[in-house]
Amino acid sequence: MSYGATSESVDVVAETSKEAWRDPWSLPLESLDPAQAILFKENVHEEYFRRLRQEDPVHYTPESEFGAYWSITKYNDIVAIDSNHKVFSSHENIVVGDVDPNFKTPMFIAQDPPIHDVQRRAAQPAVAPTQLADLEALIRERVSKILDELPVGEEFNWVDRVSIELTTQMLATLFDFPFEDRHLLPYWSDVATASPSTGRSDITFEERNVVLQECLAYFAKLWQERKGQPRKFDFISLLAHDKETENMLDNPMEFLGNLILLIVGGNDTTRNSMTGGVLQLSRNPDQWEKLKANPELVSNMVSEIIRYQTPLGHMRRTALEDIEFQGKQIKKGDRVVMWYISGNRDDEVIEDADAFKIDRANARRHVSFGFGIHRCMGNRVAEMQLRILWEEALKRFDKIEVVGEPERVLSNFVLGYTHLPVVLHAKQA
Amino acid sequence: MPKITFIEFDGTAHEVDVPAGGSVMEAAVNNSVPGIDADCGGACACATCHVFVGEQWLDKVGSRSDMEQSMLDFAENVRDNSRLSCQIPLTEELDGLVVNMPEAQH
Repeated sequence: MSYGATSESVDVVAETSKEAWRDPWSLPLESLDPAQAILFKENVHEEYFRRLRQEDPVHYTPESEFGAYWSITKYNDIVAIDSNHKVFSSHENIVVGDVDPNFKTPMFIAQDPPIHDVQRRAAQPAVAPTQLADLEALIRERVSKILDELPVGEEFNWVDRVSIELTTQMLATLFDFPFEDRHLLPYWSDVATASPSTGRSDITFEERNVVLQECLAYFAKLWQERKGQPRKFDFISLLAHDKETENMLDNPMEFLGNLILLIVGGNDTTRNSMTGGVLQLSRNPDQWEKLKANPELVSNMVSEIIRYQTPLGHMRRTALEDIEFQGKQIKKGDRVVMWYISGNRDDEVIEDADAFKIDRANARRHVSFGFGIHRCMGNRVAEMQLRILWEEALKRFDKIEVVGEPERVLSNFVLGYTHLPVVLHAKQA
Repeated sequence: MPKITFIEFDGTAHEVDVPAGGSVMEAAVNNSVPGIDADCGGACACATCHVFVGEQWLDKVGSRSDMEQSMLDFAENVRDNSRLSCQIPLTEELDGLVVNMPEAQH
C-alpha cells in the first residue's frame, strides 16, 4: 500500500468538509450518536463519551441506524442498571441493534432468570478453578511454543500470530473441539459478531445465517458424540449431560445461540486484550520498564489491561416498565445501552482514568466483565491466559516494539484489532 | 441492630453494627471491611464474598442454594462451613454472628 501526496491531500479535504463526526465537541449535544461503528474503528469514540459523561450522562439518541436508544455512560449508573435485571431485561437483545427477527438464537446471556440461571449453571463448571488448575500447565506449554516460534527482529502481525492463535487453542480445549479444525472457531466467532446489529454493513443477515448453520451442523455431531460418552468438563459434554439442558439440541437455534455465546465470549474478548496490552505497553514505555523491574505486577497489570481495552464496548438492556433514572424518563420497551468503555474512563470513580498504570490500586474495579447476574463467567480463564502470556513474554523479550498503527475492528461491540505490526527484541542472556 | 464480626485471615477482627435487611456481604462492603470483594455486587455470579461461618451459627444462617453451590466451585479452600456472604440475608436473628474470611477472594 502506498500513501502518495495526492491521496493524502484528498483525505485532508474530506476530513474538514464531511467528517464532522470525528469531533463530537463540534456537534449539537442532542445529535450525538455514539453507537456508530466507525467511531470505534477510527478510535475517536473517547471524546464522545467524555462529553456525554460531562454534559449528559444519561443520553437519548432519538434516531440512529439501530433506532432510538439511551446511553448510560457513568460507572455508577452502569452498575445500577446492570444490577437491576428485573426492570432492565436481557431477553433476546444484548447489543444496541435488535437481532434479526428471522434468525433468533436464544442464549443464556440474552435471557432473564430462571432460564438464564439454569443454563449458565450447566456450562459454568468448564471454567471453574478446579478445571483451571489443570489447564494452567497446558496453557503455559502452548504459550511458550507460540512465543518460541515467533520471528525475532522482523515485522509480523501480533494479532494473527499470538492473540488469535492462543485464544483459539484455549477455546478448542474448553469445547474439546477437534484441534486440527480449531481455526473454524474464530471464523464462526467473527461471523457471529459481524452483523448489522453492531454496525457491520459488509455482511448481510442472510450471509451470516448460512455460515452459522454450518457451525450448528458441526457442533450437533459433537453433541451426539459427547451424549454417548461419560460426562466430562468441556462445554458440550456439560450441556449434554445436565438435566436442565440435555434436550437443548431439540431446539437447534437455542443450541446455536449458546454456542455463539461461548465461542464469542472465549474468543473475541481475550484476543483483543492480548493485543491491547502490547499496544498500551508500547505507548507507555515507563510502564514496560516498571513491569520488567517488578514482574510480580503481572496480575495487577492484567486487570488494568482489561479495564483499558474494555474488549466488549457495551451491553444493552430493554426496559420492562416506565422508570425514571437520573432525572430522565425511560419508557417501557426502550433500548438502554450501558457503555462499559465509558464507565471504565469515569474519573469520578477511577482516578486518572485515561492513564494506563500497571500498578493501579483497585485495578480490579472495572466494568469490563459487567456487573450483576450476567457478569462474565469466564473472567478467571481470561485473566489466567493473559497472566501466563505476560509471564512468558517477560522471560523472552526485552521489548515488543509496535512499528505501525493498529487496524481496528468496525464494531460498537467488539473493541479490537485486526492488525498490529510488531518487532520483537530478544532479551540478552 | 445485629452486630456482625468479620475476622480477616491474619486474625484482625472488624465489628459492625448494621440494621437488619440486605445481606452479610453488604454489611461488610458498606462498612469498608477489607477482604470481601463482591465483584458482581451480590448477584451470586462471582464467588468473591466467600466466608467461613462460625460452627454455632450454621443452623441460623441456613444452607446453600444450588446457584450458590455452583459458584462455590469457583472459590478456593472451600470448607463445610463456606458460604457466599451475599446469599446470607441479614436478620435480627444473626445478632452476634462471627464469620472468618479466606486468605484471598481471587
